[in-house]
Amino acid sequence: MATTASFIIVSRNDIPIYEAEVGSATKREDAAQLHQFVLHAALDIVQDLAWTTSAMFLKNIDRFNDLVVSVYVTAGHTRLMLLHDSRNDDGIKSFFQEVHELYIKVLLNPLYLPGARIASSHFDTKVRALARKYL
Amino acid sequence: MIGASKIKQYSNVLEKPLSKGKQEVSLSAFAFLFSELVQYNQTQVDNIAELERRLEDAGYAVGARCLELLCHREKCVMFMPFWLSQGNRRETRLLGILSFVHSTVWKVLFGKVADSLEKGTEHEDEYMISEKELLVNRFISIPKDMGTFNCGAFVAGIVRGVLDSAGFPAVVTAHFVPMEGQQRPRTTILIKFAEEVLRREARLG
Repeated sequence: MATTASFIIVSRNDIPIYEAEVGSATKREDAAQLHQFVLHAALDIVQDLAWTTSAMFLKNIDRFNDLVVSVYVTAGHTRLMLLHDSRNDDGIKSFFQEVHELYIKVLLNPLYLPGARIASSHFDTKVRALARKYL
Repeated sequence: MIGASKIKQYSNVLEKPLSKGKQEVSLSAFAFLFSELVQYNQTQVDNIAELERRLEDAGYAVGARCLELLCHREKCVMFMPFWLSQGNRRETRLLGILSFVHSTVWKVLFGKVADSLEKGTEHEDEYMISEKELLVNRFISIPKDMGTFNCGAFVAGIVRGVLDSAGFPAVVTAHFVPMEGQQRPRTTILIKFAEEVLRREARLG
């Protein structure tokens, strides 16, 4: 089943530090920009919502046509945002939790500056593998 | 090799599981490392304020990572009822994050909770965490000509890193407070929150 999914990690200072198209559908030329635009537009909503609840997983905070944005906010206010069209909430939650663990391992590197781009190709491979598994 | 156990070799650090961590680290090793850190920074700077700032920056990096790691470890507690373990919890309130620093962070870093957490009386935005003797200061003596310099600036940096990453920007400093009846003064970490934190707290009610 082809799913569109766009995944982005945004740091505390609203700078994207990692992005990937993890859906299995074929990419259209304008799709990438559109997905990024929708995700960035959802940042405002996340900012307000993040302070009203102490949960980390916020589901379905914004809609665009038939695409839905779900967000997972970590303790350090790093936002993992996913733009998707499926309704698989449990799978998405597990995906977020696993990526959160990967992110913490990257963060624990003393040479990694918090808020810098995550350039590790290994991290990229793992995120895509997780996306295939859970989404 | 005698007693060689089958330790799985991981090709990349991202494969290794996030463990509970060793509960104890050698105190002398830490004291040695910390003294080298202070001495190294002393050679790089001309004045005390700069030295304090450098120690604070070193602590800030530790604090930012501490927050994420400890919040993540908290959810893996065995005795939680099923419904509680469903989601991780972030701290969104001022008192919440302060007691997190005072208990959890202190317990993991120094092996015990901080001695006391007080609210400042003169200003609304000041809070103080006191400790009879900071672990990092235990093997350090300050020469008279360095005045009010306190190596607790490292710990102040850690607290600032935790608070800043959680979204509560603050100015954190370490002070010696002389106590009657004791030779060594008590150390107080003074936390002064930024305006926006108080406004947001008031808004959240």
